[in-house]
Amino acid sequence: MNIPKDLLYTKDHEWVRIEGDLAVVGITDFAQGELGDIVFVQLPEKGSRIAQGQSLGSIEAVKAVADVYSPLSGEVAEVNAALNDKPELMNQEPYGGGWVVKIRTANLAAEKAALLNAAAYADLTTA
Amino acid sequence: MFELTDRDRLRLADLLGNPYNISSQIQSSGDNVVKKTALTDSHRQLGAKMVEFAGFEMPVQYTSIRAEHLRVRTTVGVFDVSHMGEFYVTGPEREAFVDYVTVNDVKSLSVGQVQYSCMCKPHGGIVDDLLVYRFPDRIMLVVNASNMEKDLGWLKENQRGSVQLENRSDDVTLLAVQGRHAQSLMRKLTDTDLSQVKYYWFVEGRVAGAPAVISRTGYTGEDGFEIYLANRDGVTVWNALFEAGREFNLEPIGLGARDSLRLEMKMCLYGNDIDETTHPLEAGLGWITKLNKGDFIGRDKILAHKQAGLTRKLVGLEVEGAGFPRHGYAVLHKDNGRNIGAVTSGTVSPCLNKGIAMGYVPAELSEIGSEVKIDCRGRMFPAKVVKTPFYLRPY
Repeated sequence: MNIPKDLLYTKDHEWVRIEGDLAVVGITDFAQGELGDIVFVQLPEKGSRIAQGQSLGSIEAVKAVADVYSPLSGEVAEVNAALNDKPELMNQEPYGGGWVVKIRTANLAAEKAALLNAAAYADLTTA
Repeated sequence: MFELTDRDRLRLADLLGNPYNISSQIQSSGDNVVKKTALTDSHRQLGAKMVEFAGFEMPVQYTSIRAEHLRVRTTVGVFDVSHMGEFYVTGPEREAFVDYVTVNDVKSLSVGQVQYSCMCKPHGGIVDDLLVYRFPDRIMLVVNASNMEKDLGWLKENQRGSVQLENRSDDVTLLAVQGRHAQSLMRKLTDTDLSQVKYYWFVEGRVAGAPAVISRTGYTGEDGFEIYLANRDGVTVWNALFEAGREFNLEPIGLGARDSLRLEMKMCLYGNDIDETTHPLEAGLGWITKLNKGDFIGRDKILAHKQAGLTRKLVGLEVEGAGFPRHGYAVLHKDNGRNIGAVTSGTVSPCLNKGIAMGYVPAELSEIGSEVKIDCRGRMFPAKVVKTPFYLRPY
């Protein structure tokens, strides 16, 4: 299972890549594997404000539906419109073309402590 | 920001608790012994995602539910469905007994024929749906794994006349070969003339040298066979199927695609679409319920339901837009939003690429073309009662 060392994670199987005050968010390789074929992604609107732990959108797979929870508070700066036509990108490139949103973070320094590093996340998925 | 209700929310983390995503729980289920089939190791070697289903460790998918679904619809696939239960009923009065505990007419069943049927409680609720096989010297009942113990108890409780019941489930491997090339593939492995085996008939023969019951039945809407084998022959036949099936692009198919395939055919799944609170007529199983065949358990109440008129019916629903119905979602009146029913099974149809569902609606809204709404986690999507099956095979 692919768990890149340079990313941060949540126990809900989202990943975060910090780029300045922007945070790129997606779901992990483990999560996409558990969900199976993703057929639709409900994305938030650009500009909407979200709090850490709040739902960012939902992912519909053939077998189940799951929410994506925001790892950090802030404003939705960008959504991955490519997922509207190709939701399967989340299966194919969970850490690349399958990213979900970019968040302009509001409280990064304080909230970052709640996130897991790659080793801690790896423990979670192999427990 | 769109609105979502709190209800029905599923965190990604919760998927580990989903019945189809509990691979990590197989080792940790403690005292409960999870049963294996003769093919469990074969599935693991193929890289299947294994889950616990009805007490068995079963493959839910090998590569992708969607790809496996389309494999069965376009060429041919093989399923290990050895979790299903097989009971033998023997003794001189076996026919009268099975006729009494099931809704279909066993007296009309010829030797070599299979019948889809139900067992009901006296109040008409469905104990299980099952297949009835008539052999020269016995009747075989094939029941859902999740109901095996309950069914056995129910049959024993109602046992009458000179009959014996035997649970052979632990000895039997059951493979389903489904898809348009099923007969061409099977012909390579058996001397039996399969063109003479009609839909819902069976023969006893050999497959890859192993004694087998070859039944022209299935749960996918495709042509195909279900092959009953002794466990010791399971791996041999499984491997022989793949060897012979290479030219047809045979692939193994998991329980995930089995569910989406049967749903496209509007075939009932016990526990979802039918249970002890539903009776056969409202479930659309009037065609197997022979009210004039003589007495059987549940007959009087089912007949009373018929005479009083049905209050609700199980229908096929097609959703407009990006709504994906799931078990338990509410069906609402299209104008006043009143809760009028529930989705019992739902998915995104791999063949139609839209949300399809089975669900109960009031009888007056069960006509083809009736419009309703489905509450998909707080978002309302229009849906229509459509003709079923949702999918019709093109051959």
